[in-house]
Amino acid sequence: MNDPTIQVEVLVIGAGPAGLAAAIAAKKAGVDSLIVLEREDRPGGILRQCIHNGFGLHRFKEELTGPEYAQRDIDTAKEMGIDIRTGVTVLSVGNDKRVTAVSRENGLQVYQAKSVVLAMGCRERPRGALAIPGTRCAGIYSAGTAQKFVNLEGFMPGRKVVILGSGDIGLIMARRMTLQGAKVLACVELMPYSSGLNRNIVQCLQDYNIPLYLSHTVIDIHGKERLSGVTVAKVDENRKPIPGTEIEFECDTLLLSVGLIPENELSAGAGVELSPVTSGAVVSDTLETSVPGIFACGNVLHVHDLVDHVSNESFRAGEMAARYAKGERREGREIPVKDGAGVRGVVPQKIVVEERLTEVNLMFRPDRVYRDHYLTVYADGKPLSSAKKMILTPGEMVVQPMNEKMLAACKDAKEITVAITAEKAV
Amino acid sequence: MYDVMIIGAGVVGCALARKLSQYNGKIAVLEAAEDVADGASKANSGIVHAGFDAKPGTKKAYYNVKGANMYAQLAKELGVPYNPIGALVLGFSEEDRATLNTLLEQGKKNGVKELRIIERDEILALEPNTNPEAVCALLAPTSAVVSPYEMTLALSYHAAQNGVEFIFDCPVTKIYEEHDTWHVETPKGVIEARAVINCAGVGAAALHNQISDEPLTIIPRRGEYYLLDSTVKCPFSRTMFQVPGKMGKGVLISPTAHGNALLGPSAENIEDGTDTRTTRQGLDFVLDKCRLTWPKVTTRPVITTFSGVRAHPATDDFIIGPVHGAPDNAFEAIGIESPGLSAAPAIAEELGEMVAEHLKLPAARFVRPAVPLLKPFAAMTEEERSDACRKDADYGRIVCRCEVVTEAEIRDAIRRPVGAKSIDGVKRRTRAGMGRCQGGFCSPRVMEILCEELHCSPLEITKCGGESKLLVGTLNEIAKEAERHE
Repeated sequence: MNDPTIQVEVLVIGAGPAGLAAAIAAKKAGVDSLIVLEREDRPGGILRQCIHNGFGLHRFKEELTGPEYAQRDIDTAKEMGIDIRTGVTVLSVGNDKRVTAVSRENGLQVYQAKSVVLAMGCRERPRGALAIPGTRCAGIYSAGTAQKFVNLEGFMPGRKVVILGSGDIGLIMARRMTLQGAKVLACVELMPYSSGLNRNIVQCLQDYNIPLYLSHTVIDIHGKERLSGVTVAKVDENRKPIPGTEIEFECDTLLLSVGLIPENELSAGAGVELSPVTSGAVVSDTLETSVPGIFACGNVLHVHDLVDHVSNESFRAGEMAARYAKGERREGREIPVKDGAGVRGVVPQKIVVEERLTEVNLMFRPDRVYRDHYLTVYADGKPLSSAKKMILTPGEMVVQPMNEKMLAACKDAKEITVAITAEKAV
Repeated sequence: MYDVMIIGAGVVGCALARKLSQYNGKIAVLEAAEDVADGASKANSGIVHAGFDAKPGTKKAYYNVKGANMYAQLAKELGVPYNPIGALVLGFSEEDRATLNTLLEQGKKNGVKELRIIERDEILALEPNTNPEAVCALLAPTSAVVSPYEMTLALSYHAAQNGVEFIFDCPVTKIYEEHDTWHVETPKGVIEARAVINCAGVGAAALHNQISDEPLTIIPRRGEYYLLDSTVKCPFSRTMFQVPGKMGKGVLISPTAHGNALLGPSAENIEDGTDTRTTRQGLDFVLDKCRLTWPKVTTRPVITTFSGVRAHPATDDFIIGPVHGAPDNAFEAIGIESPGLSAAPAIAEELGEMVAEHLKLPAARFVRPAVPLLKPFAAMTEEERSDACRKDADYGRIVCRCEVVTEAEIRDAIRRPVGAKSIDGVKRRTRAGMGRCQGGFCSPRVMEILCEELHCSPLEITKCGGESKLLVGTLNEIAKEAERHE
């Protein structure tokens, strides 16, 4: 019997926006054999259930719905003849790029790839991770699960809703549930600021008179079989509930929008080094992980705010994965990129300085809200650039390009640091 | 008319059902909830205790040691996760050492083997993450962990395979004896039986006091727990106890039979035996106590918190046998708090025989061996996975990505006798939804499969029976309802 292992140059895991963009870029870069594996029955990833608009402003200069945005890439991939296999769940990725996957049609299959692009996305933090006391009744959902029930299955998970967390999915669901006839009583946020996009606060809460309780959290959950209410309290600067500030809400549904976590179980299995800050892989500017030939992009690498950024990043990952598969190895010195004051989880974590320099985007989230501060990039403590920003907020990803001139200036540097400073660095 | 009616489908009721299924007789188990193991049997520490805690001469001591000795064989026969990892009871003072010596002597009297006191060096060699302030410990190598709800499920499956009927959603509203027949009133009608066995956990006293003129008291005692993610290795390879206190064995840290770290329980007497909420105080108490065993205790990898309510007998000992002060043919196994899980097989063995003898039930000529549970896909080798997919294409569909549970396993869990009817039922049988995302991704798909198998609408699917419905209506229904309100 022949060895049933399927040989492939580039294997992309996930056909959400990241995987689709990576595949398109890899194909454009001239890879012949390219396979995309997707566990759902259709490509598109989480965009399939994001039926609101606002996607694609940067990339397409127009506002698309999630499915429309995804469809553009799906159409492009189809035109290019990219092989997208749906209903296939990857079970393991080896550091030798041997990948096992399973599907109803073909059972267990083994792929041997030259390079692998990890594009599995992220998952929502569940109630358990917060250890909110109370009963374990029905009626508590992560916002994305509720979104799936409403937008893909056509069912309402509840009538009277409290939302914990002001992440974008929670904000979007506040509007969606309201439009569908539910009453959203409150959106409750532990931090003194929202972790969602400002435009979503305005368009999803303010436009519908849904109160946003900053520095508040849910401290108790009531209801025997189905949720009957939650207790909300104000928190102090240490995020501890303040006695006497309790507010009772009578509701049958609690939606959680309390953070997204890159889904890196496969990456960990492959021996990919993960960052405790981003929960994603540690990558170089080519999006290559610590395992040669394994690349990561999109929300599995770090949680993005805009899908446009995901696509952009993934184009680069796909192109680099294609180059790696064709045997183009990069020679150069690695410079680590570090989080400075106010910066959390800068990606990439290292830049390879080569002869030919191409612009690199440094992406990160501020650790809190900053107004009229300077965004400064240092090479060995010397500022390379320092630009004033009116507002920097954890809800929005900061993209700091490093152009060829800046890269050339730090060619011999030992480390690059990004920081948020009150004064202009000189 | 049934020969024997067992009231309560916890681990004791199910073990009894399995024991009695080995006789010729019509046996039924009545359960108030929608599934087996709905009470304390699903929410406890999952420890098969070695048997040094209970005072010699008590029923707790006797049944604990006898039951624990039956576990390895029983778990193997039923295919239930069981791991004889051993246990340590930590002492932090000379006063504690005296207590540990008492436990050691008790254990010896109770017939527990291999017990010995060890000193700090050996503690740290065995369990390097232990608080170095521990001065000595009782080492109990025969202590084990078992998955308590899977044990209960497996007992019920085996009982059902041998003809025991399980009647769910059937709380007993009244029970009385008339013309040598027991009458059990339920929302599903009056059910008659020659004999009844009360295994109703925290609800057992209410039943006992209806039929006996010697009333007794069961105090619901709640214990809260933290469960950590299985990707984080449990810091201890054994069950780590601290010296016991007035309210029981105290807070422990232990790997579960599945390898997650379990922290708990607190112990709080409460009014309502069905009140399984967690509380800030209870959870904080657990963390605080755990710090003594494990100074670096962290809740960062917590995947869930839960509580269970134990049936604490006012007499502090198990109550097992014929019901005193009641008409003939009434039996009970109540006040079965810790070490009840350990004791359950032995209680079933002896009480089952007693009941069968009393009713003169003949031994069945043929008893079906337990059908081994399907090997979880997650535990299969590549070859086994490949074979499984060839035999049943549904193995090719991963439903729960965190715990790697396939559609084939979920369908089997619903189809088998005493099958799952709810999201939690599927979860306890397959682990779908037990992982990091806690069902965020898989619950909509599990719901679809439940609908296909049970021929019902998603609107009827519950989290755990009763009114725990997950959806309230279609988009249209709710929108129209809202319009009417305006």
